[in-house]
Parts: sequence; C-alpha cells; structure tokens
Amino acid sequence: MVGVSSDPAALPHQPGPARTGVPPAPSAAAPSAAGGAAAGGGAGAAPTTAGPPPRWMQAIATANPVTVTVLAIFTALVFGAVLIDVTSLSVLHAWGRIGAHPGEALSLTFTVPADAYGSILAGSILSPHSLGHAISTGKGWHNVFNPLSETTVDATPLILAGIGVALGFRSGVFNIGAQGQFIAGALAALYVGFEVRLPIGIHLPLVVLAGAAGGAIAGFIPGILKARTGAHEVIVTIMLNYVFLNLLDYLLSEQPFQLQGQTNEVSRSVLATARMPHLPSLRANISFLIALAIAAAASWFLKRSTLGFSFRVIGANANAGRTAGMSTAKVTVLALAISGMLAGLAGMANVSGVDFFVESGYGGNYGFNAITVALLGRNRPWGVVAGSLLFAVLDVGGVAMQVNTGISLDLTAVIQATIIFFIATPMLVREVYRLRATGAGAMQLFTKGWSG
Amino acid sequence: MRLELDSITKRFGALVANDEVSLTVEPGEIHALLGENGAGKSTLMNVLFGLLHADSGEVCLDGTPVRFADPGAAVRRGIGMVHQHFMLVPVFTVAENVVLGFEPTRPAGLLDRRRARADVRRLSSEFGLEVDPDAVVESLSVGVQQRVEILKALQRDAQLLILDEPTAVLTPQETEALFKIMRSLRASGRSILFITHKLKEVLEVADRITVMRLGRVVGSTTPAETDEASLAAMMVGRDVELVVHKEPASPGDAALELAGLTVVDERGVIVVDGVDLTVRGGEIVALAGVQGNGQTELAEAISGLRAVSAGSIRFGGSEVTRSSPRSRIRAGLAHVPEDRQEDGLVLGMTIAENLILDQYDRAPFARHGVLDLARVHDNGEAKIEEFDIRPAAAGLAVGTLSGGNQQKVIVARELSRPVKVLLASQPTRGLDVGSIEYVHKRIVAARDEGAAVLIVSSELDEVLALGDRIAVMYRGRITGIVTPDVGREAIGLMMAGVEEHELPETVLAGAERDETTGWSV
Repeated sequence: MVGVSSDPAALPHQPGPARTGVPPAPSAAAPSAAGGAAAGGGAGAAPTTAGPPPRWMQAIATANPVTVTVLAIFTALVFGAVLIDVTSLSVLHAWGRIGAHPGEALSLTFTVPADAYGSILAGSILSPHSLGHAISTGKGWHNVFNPLSETTVDATPLILAGIGVALGFRSGVFNIGAQGQFIAGALAALYVGFEVRLPIGIHLPLVVLAGAAGGAIAGFIPGILKARTGAHEVIVTIMLNYVFLNLLDYLLSEQPFQLQGQTNEVSRSVLATARMPHLPSLRANISFLIALAIAAAASWFLKRSTLGFSFRVIGANANAGRTAGMSTAKVTVLALAISGMLAGLAGMANVSGVDFFVESGYGGNYGFNAITVALLGRNRPWGVVAGSLLFAVLDVGGVAMQVNTGISLDLTAVIQATIIFFIATPMLVREVYRLRATGAGAMQLFTKGWSG
Repeated sequence: MRLELDSITKRFGALVANDEVSLTVEPGEIHALLGENGAGKSTLMNVLFGLLHADSGEVCLDGTPVRFADPGAAVRRGIGMVHQHFMLVPVFTVAENVVLGFEPTRPAGLLDRRRARADVRRLSSEFGLEVDPDAVVESLSVGVQQRVEILKALQRDAQLLILDEPTAVLTPQETEALFKIMRSLRASGRSILFITHKLKEVLEVADRITVMRLGRVVGSTTPAETDEASLAAMMVGRDVELVVHKEPASPGDAALELAGLTVVDERGVIVVDGVDLTVRGGEIVALAGVQGNGQTELAEAISGLRAVSAGSIRFGGSEVTRSSPRSRIRAGLAHVPEDRQEDGLVLGMTIAENLILDQYDRAPFARHGVLDLARVHDNGEAKIEEFDIRPAAAGLAVGTLSGGNQQKVIVARELSRPVKVLLASQPTRGLDVGSIEYVHKRIVAARDEGAAVLIVSSELDEVLALGDRIAVMYRGRITGIVTPDVGREAIGLMMAGVEEHELPETVLAGAERDETTGWSV
C-alpha cells in the first residue's frame, strides 16, 4: 500500500515519503507514525532530524523516475558497448594478443563501441563528414539533413501512438490495441485519401479527421465493452489487433482498396491532395509538427481540463473517483476512444506523410513500440516525445551503423529492449547505483493494474 | 517469563521510532502498552519479535540477553504474538490451524490429527478457551477466531503472549470473555503484553501500564494510581477532553429515510436485510455494530456505490434509490468513506486537488471544462487554514500526510458544500486523539447547522459519545434504535443479536448507574 509510510513532518525537505530501510512490517501502522502523530496533533517537536543536504542533491540521489530513466538509458548503452566488444572479432583478436600489444586491446575495446555509437548519431542526427563535404563543395546538402529528416519520420507515429497509450495508462486502462487502431486509422485515411476529390486545403484536413475517427472507433469498441460488460480491455484490444490485421488483408484483396491490375495485397495510393506537405527532397513532413502539437495538447489536457483531471483521478484511484461522483464508465470509454484516436492518427501520419499506400502487415511493430515509448516517457506527453526520438535515433542510426561498421542492426533492438528492461525494474537500477528509495507511488505506474 | 527491554533505539532514516525504550514485564503480569497510533508500539513489538533489529539496546528473557534473527526464533524461545489481523487458514479446522507449522507427526511424516485434536482440547479446558477443534475456522465468529490464535501461541508453549489491539474487532461481551482468558493465563504464570489505545480496557485488566508517545516511554503506572483523564493526557502530551460537548439535539424534518432497504452482495448473500431508519435534520444517529454486520454495505447503498435490491432511500422526501453517486452529492450528501485511502483520497495527487475531487468540474474551480488552477490552489490554502491541515502546503501529495491529516482533508472537502445528509463511516478510525477531538467537533457542528448525520462506527465509545440516537445492526438487521442512556451493556447485547424488546429488565435497570458519556481513545 502506498500511504503506509508517511512522515512528512519529520522529514520536511524530502520530496516523497521515505521508505529507506523500512522492512515490511506486519502491522500497517508500524513505522509510519511517530512522524505522523507529530504532523497530526502538532504536539511536541518532530523527532531529531539530521541536517539534510540540499534538495537538488537529494533529488538526484533519490530513485525518482527521471533519475532511473536516465540511468536505465546509460546502463543500456554500457551494456550495448560490452555486447559490441564481445561480439567484435577485431576486439577479441586484440585481446588474444594482449601480451604482445596490450595497448591495442584496450584502445580497441573503447574505439569499436565508440565508432558504432558515433555512426548511430551520424546516421540519425548529423554526420560531420557530410557536413564538411557539403560546406567545402556546396553540394550534398541533402545528405546533411536527411538523417534528421528520417529520424522525425520514424518518431512521428511513435509519438502519436505512444501518447495515446500513455493517456490510457494515466486513466487506468491498458490499451494494447494501438496496432489495430493504427491500422484502422490508416485504412480510414487511405480511403478518404484516394476516393474523395477535393482541393488540398479541404482534402488533407479531411484525411486527418478520417484517421482520427477510424482509430477512435477502434478504441471505442473495447471501451464500451469494458464499461457495459466488464470485458477486460487488455484481452479485447489484443484480439482486436488480429481483427484489424485480417480486415486489412481482406480489404487489400477487394475493391475499392486493392490497386487495380494487382493480385498482391497492395492498396491504391492516396491522391496528391491527400499528402502531407514535406521539405524539398526530404521525407520530413508536417505530420511531425502535428505530433508535437498533439503532445502539447495532451499535456494541457491532463493538467488543465476537467476531463483530464477525471482521467487522472480514475487512473490513480478509481474507487476515490467513484466515491466523489465520477463515472468510471465514462472515463473508460473516453480514454480508450481518445487513445485509439491518437493511434489512428499515427496510421494516418504514415499513410499521408510518407507511404501513400498500404500493404499487408502494415504498421509493423508500431503498436507495441508505442507501449514501450509510453513507459519510457513515464506516461507524460513530452516524455513520450523524448522517448520516441531516442527510439527513432536508434532505429535510423542503427542502419547507418550496420552499413559503416558491420555491426548488426539487431544490436539497437537489444539496446532498446535493455533500456525498457532497466526501466521496468527500478529496484535493480536503484541497487546498482545505490540510490535512496523514493515514495512507493512514484514508480508504481509501470507495474500496477494488470488485474484490471 | 520475565521480559526486559533495555534502552531499545530504532531509527528509520532521520526518524527515531523508538528512543531508548525500556520496559519490564514480570512473570504472571498483564502489562499494558498504551499509546496513540505512531507512538512506536508496533515498532517495539517488531523489534522484540525479530522482525526488525534494534540500532541499540538489548532484549533480555529471564535475565539472558537474546537477539532473534526472525519470528521463528522468538517463538522457539516462548514468545507468542496474536496479531490484529488474524493469520489463520479459513478453510482449515481449528485443530489444523493450531498445529500449522509445528505439526505433530507419526512415522513416515504423516500428520497426527488425533494428537492435534487432543492438544487443542487439553489447552482449551486448561485456560477456559472454548473451541471445537473440528470446526472450520471460516465458520467461526471473530471472537472465537481470536481464541484460535491464542491457542496457536499456547500450543507452541508461549510463556509471553503479545496481544496487538485484540479488542478492536470484539463486542463488549467478547471483550469480557477475552479478559477472563487473559486472567486465567496470568494465573498460570504466563506474562501478557497487551497493546492497545483504549483507556477503559487498560484500567480494567492491566497490572502495570506503560505509556508511549513519539517513540519514548513517557510514564509507567498502575490502574490503582491513575484514571482515564491522566492516562489520556500522558498519551497525548496535553489535557484532552474526553467528553464530546454537544447541546441536546433539536431534530427537524426527516432528511434521510431508509425503508425496507435490502442489499445483496457479490456472493448473493443478503447483507442488509430490510432496514428501516429515519434520520432527521439536526440529529446524529450512530449506527453501532461489530464490524462485518452489513454497516459497510448499508453506507455504500446510501452513497450510491452499491446497488439496492429492494426498498428505498429518500433524501429530504425525494427518492434517490437509483440515483448515481454524483446526483446524491449534488442533492446534499456528504460522505466520509470508511477506508479513506482506498475510497476517499487519491494519494498521489495534491491536497488542493483532493479537496476538489467532487467539484472539479463546477464553478468556481472550472469553466467550460477548463480548470482554474489558481482558484484550486487558493481553495486548498484556505481549507488547510480552516481545518488546520498539516503540513500546510496545498501542493503536497496527500499520501505524505499522517492519517489524521488525511482525514481532515476528506472532512474539509465534504463539509465545504451545503450538507443535508452527512454520512461518516468509521470517521476516527486510526486517528490520534487530537484529530479525533477535531473530527467529532466538526460532526457536531454539522448537526447544529441542520444536517442529518449518520455515523457508522464499531467503536462503542464513539457511538455513545456522538449519537443522539443509536441504531444497532446485527447480521444486516437493525436490532433496535435506542438512546445512549440505555447503557453500554444493553447496546453490547444488541450488537450480539438480542432484539431491543428482548433485553432483560436487569440490563435496562442497570443503565442508571452506567456512565456513558465519556469515550476512551
């Protein structure tokens, strides 16, 4: 239980209730309370307090979610470096000859992973080499901006679907169906994109709305089923993923979706008026800005809107919300619909922004990566943006790394998985870095609630 | 067994939970350890029992220093503990539960049930603990389950028995029976450490009393040398009013009417069985009863959190039987829920946010679906001031407050709208004396402003102190509605299922002599 150890009066400078070294006591009242009583009655001075260090130092040394996230990323990168070393033949050979050339072994141990990470950054953000080339020759500017452009393209659907999943988490619903909602949004946007003929100023907004509506309907289904019948949203959304995957295959083999003259499952392309404006000769397009606007809107929504307030209350303690007169059913339905809407926008962004048509298996792993970046961003909209950009850097840069250093692209997947592994096990990070424990509530978002 | 705790100190970070605590329990003594929640009693017991390790100080048994690595070691040295929450396997029989963990076996590791039963019979008759060894534990009443816990300790040959708040779940009659058992254990030379916060009980049964406050022993005395008022003052550190001051009620119109109210729970069991009850504006009706007799479900039905199977609920003449919790709140219901952390608060959110949980979407806190954060904050500051919530920081997460201050947040929220009906379930459970005083004062003030107040409490003292009328609930039915002057024995009998009209004359006659206005803490 969360509120067991509560002694703020005794420890006035501490951000959360201290649980350090408090072993589980059998009686809930146990350690909490001398401080509690002091706070309550105000009778007598609080028990002796040692002079606490400044707040910011405590904040860093405490296992708060930000510190844990940063350290999880750092640890995963170190882990990846070790993995590169032990799978790199040149490093291993150098260590085999360590007696003859000790310096070579040590320097390779550092330079091989450093080169790998360097080429990830060069391939996803900015390559000093192509920058130098462009400046000296005045040509090849495309190569300078292309990595960053690709990173934004890769991050856009992750941001949208990730915020969708995060909003669900914050409201106490586990939307595992971003995959299916992504497809629903993509199909709706696609249909409006190739079937409707309108000027771009009307057509494009219509495509966006269609994508949003497609995803919202796909999210509404598990929502209403949960509210009306108690069907667990995890099961329903997972099953709906298969429904939409197969619906996609079906539609791609039928008119009007299938590309004429094709036997493969490939769709028609959206009209030029249904395509996102993009930077010249780059794939970066307006949908990235839409994603950032959605992040700002979601952040505002949670903090300032009454509906967002009820989402947070129901997500944190549905019983208290119910007792205070909130409707859990309403929040569940709306949260899943909004969550689905954002995943649908992700599908729309890919169709209208970069792909322009869809094929069988469209959407790949976006649905599940959305869950991952939601966790990585601690279910906060701007956190999801940061997490999505990190993942996009690893995705896009990983390809460059494979080309330049021969290290497998799979390594970046391992690093991504390791980051999540460490974030999901804050206890481990806490132990490794000897952080002070923080309030139980701070990290619980990640772990609670699968029982529904 | 003689137990000595010598200068036990236990720190949690900067918090000193036990500060040089010393205490001696003589053989054949009932020693009461008295203190408010958070005084450090439980920490001390956990140190004694090997669940925590002291930073300094020493535990001696019969003069030998001991240091238990775990509870098992303490049990082997003859210390038994009866926890507030029983540790029994509900589907096992009494005999099986008693031997669990220390099973007598026959060759080849077979369980010797016959010996287990014989053990239970022998111990039962020796100490007057009537229990059927073959009864399944879940079919037993709470009082009998407690006896099974005591038998468990005795079967392991406990010479020192620790009873942690043993009377919290008992009727007055069951409490008397427990005291009888405690005295017979004392007569056999065993020592008992009796942890409680109830003054009356301490004075009745203890040989010696040690009082703790804020982690320190603040005094040691005997029942002969002290009384309730001075014990309370020792416990709290200042003089405490043990009596709730209230004028006689001047009831107005019926504000809350329950007619034939019936509630069936998830298992299909009838938990509230045709309850008729009317609470008028300006009066406090206290609903007494041992926990688990349908009071919780009744309160949930009134607040709209639980569906009603039959009967009706009316607020001020208008039917709300099928209304949502929200519309009941709008109709003037204030609800202090039984479990404040589970149902009353969002612990991770701030004090200010928790204070608007039921009004977040209305003016002045919101306009057109947008929160006015400045107003929310100002409201938080104002309520903190008005209700003396500490620490006074509206932006602090409610989970970091003490229980008493958490309850003040709920009371502040519920009483800050116009109240027609105040429903408060266990309003002072687990609170320190100062907060209890405060909450009681606020409840009486709400009554005086004309609200109909229904208090659900399993603390008989609270029921007697607050109620203008007392309704007693047993197995989902109201066994009677009486005034406080019938006395605690009559109410105790009704809590055990005796109907009002069946009460023996002698009990009612005895009420004249009974002192009923004081409440112990």
